[in-house]
Amino acid sequence: MKKLFRLLAVCTFCMVMFAAPAGAEEAEFDEAYYGRFRGAGISINVFNWGEYISDGSDDSLDVNAAFEEVTGITVNYATFATNEELYSKLKGGGARYDVIIPSDYMIARMIREDMLEPLDFSNLPAFANIDEKYLDPEYDPGNLYSVPYTAGTVGIIYNTGSVDEPVDSWGILWDERYTGDMLMFSNSRDAFGIAEKYLGYSLNATDPNELRACAELLKGQKPLVQAYVMDEIFDKMVAGEAAIAPYYAGDYLTMSESNADLAFAIPKEGTNLFVDAICIPKGAQQKEAAEMYINFLCEGRVAADNITYIGYSTPNQAAFALLDEEIQNNPVSYPPDELLENTEPFLALDEETGRLMDQLWTEVLTTDQSYNKWLMPVFLIVAVAFSIGITIARRRRKIRDTLR
Amino acid sequence: MKLHTRLASVPYLLWVVVFTIIPLLLIIVFAFTGTDGGFTIENISAVGRYTDVIMKSIWLAAIATGVSLFLGYPLAYIISRHSARQQNVSLMLIMLPMWMSFLLRTFAWMTLLEKTGVINRLLGLAGLGPFELINTSGAVVLGMVYNYLPFMILPLHSVMVKIDASVIEAAQDLGASPLRVFFKVVLPLSMPGISSGITMVFVPAVSTFIISRMLGGGSNLMIGDLIDMQFLGNAYNPHLGSAISLVLMVIILLCMSIMNQFDDDVDVEGVLR
Repeated sequence: MKKLFRLLAVCTFCMVMFAAPAGAEEAEFDEAYYGRFRGAGISINVFNWGEYISDGSDDSLDVNAAFEEVTGITVNYATFATNEELYSKLKGGGARYDVIIPSDYMIARMIREDMLEPLDFSNLPAFANIDEKYLDPEYDPGNLYSVPYTAGTVGIIYNTGSVDEPVDSWGILWDERYTGDMLMFSNSRDAFGIAEKYLGYSLNATDPNELRACAELLKGQKPLVQAYVMDEIFDKMVAGEAAIAPYYAGDYLTMSESNADLAFAIPKEGTNLFVDAICIPKGAQQKEAAEMYINFLCEGRVAADNITYIGYSTPNQAAFALLDEEIQNNPVSYPPDELLENTEPFLALDEETGRLMDQLWTEVLTTDQSYNKWLMPVFLIVAVAFSIGITIARRRRKIRDTLR
Repeated sequence: MKLHTRLASVPYLLWVVVFTIIPLLLIIVFAFTGTDGGFTIENISAVGRYTDVIMKSIWLAAIATGVSLFLGYPLAYIISRHSARQQNVSLMLIMLPMWMSFLLRTFAWMTLLEKTGVINRLLGLAGLGPFELINTSGAVVLGMVYNYLPFMILPLHSVMVKIDASVIEAAQDLGASPLRVFFKVVLPLSMPGISSGITMVFVPAVSTFIISRMLGGGSNLMIGDLIDMQFLGNAYNPHLGSAISLVLMVIILLCMSIMNQFDDDVDVEGVLR
């Protein structure tokens, strides 16, 4: 009995001993690697999605502050709302960024247009943490330019209060029983993606006939749609303003915190599996410091805190191991493999297809306006007639006045 | 003295050249070039595809302008007939909503008009509805009127204040009926205010995009949305975007020239000639 007690005491002692270093967080990061630029007064410009990094709220790690502390490099942090905004900022050439986090298809497009700097992987030891499922992706063959940051799927968010049938198909978005109760993406690529999957096409279809068929399908859906929105979905779904909306899995987790009636389904026809990845744009002035920042984001604990805050899925194995079991088993963030079989990433569309898609999308959105054919000429004629009329009236009056 | 006034205008001239004239020229250059940089009128002709959207913008903006005029004109007249102190207070009350962010005000309308919003809930208590208020072109017009009404009232008021009460009294003394006084004296004298008010409401209304997006449910596309799609959409086509902007500018110029015709008219018809 005494022996057992002693054993217990030793065990407890050992546990305390081992637990202690976990409290001192600085020791986690390799000083020899991260300390290289200390005191050099270097700063890097990071351009990321809004609400897309752990910022120290709710006891999480303030990633940027921690990085500054560990390395002595100043982080200038800015955010964007869409990939296209990021693209036009970079294309416009006015801004200089060292680290950007675009999505897959935008990365493919930037690679094609030679806008990204190849990464030096000898400088990125923590890259080894990335799950091999996410390596060598279609958008960046060979992983030369990007390091996966987060991943997620698009699915159907629905309110179990008003939708009591099981949801497993995109077809529900064409179900007339939900007229006026559904929301839809206002972004052409995502909206066409749904139609493409429903019709069994590829998400990256370039055949104009297939795109036209999708546009027809979307036109047919328009009378059922309450509104075409993006981030407004949060408010509308949480308040019960709409019952069904396709959106991103990570955002569903945020919404379900405020409204427990919301559920999420990945349709059987397949969906978009997107990856946001970290890149360095051409023209970055602090490439090595930028790579150090990327490496820092790949550190298990940093990535784990980040993903807990953001709510998408992490491609980082070391981070996954650190997550709560509840999150690890969450089928929304980490869906079982058989559901992911049909998924497909967005790739960059060629310019012509992109334009056709935008043009068709405008057509879809303006499809029920039929009064327009004659209005334009009538308007012009009225305007011109009005102009002439006034001039004539004025001239007449002048003549009358001079006669008086 | 002449030299001095010239020097004083230099900062503003610089500002205009750098931030207005050069960008304007850039828009024209972009509108008439293709992605390869060569001259083309393809962009301009492609705008024709969007006639529907352009017409809808003009139509909605015109309705909003009309409603603003209808609401603003009597109010501006009533205010202008009060004492100076009362006028200051009322004008401040009119400006009051403008102290809040434009976005916030429009967002507030969303929560008011939604199916589960305040208005429908109140109507629900009375056993009515729910009505489809948001995501309609009516909601877009409402948003425009709400946001741009002060731009109608202020120029109207500043013109009406200058109408001498004795002119109106003279007309009344000479036996004109109230209606006749209005149509023969007040209306002609306030014409410059009407035309600048119409311009100041119509121009921002026709080019707005955030109101139609927030209150129109994304399917009431306006010219502004279209331009936004070209620059921040998937296709990224600044050439077409510039061409649409150019067309928008022409439309606005056209409207302003019509308005100017009104202005000239006043010199001829005005009582104070």
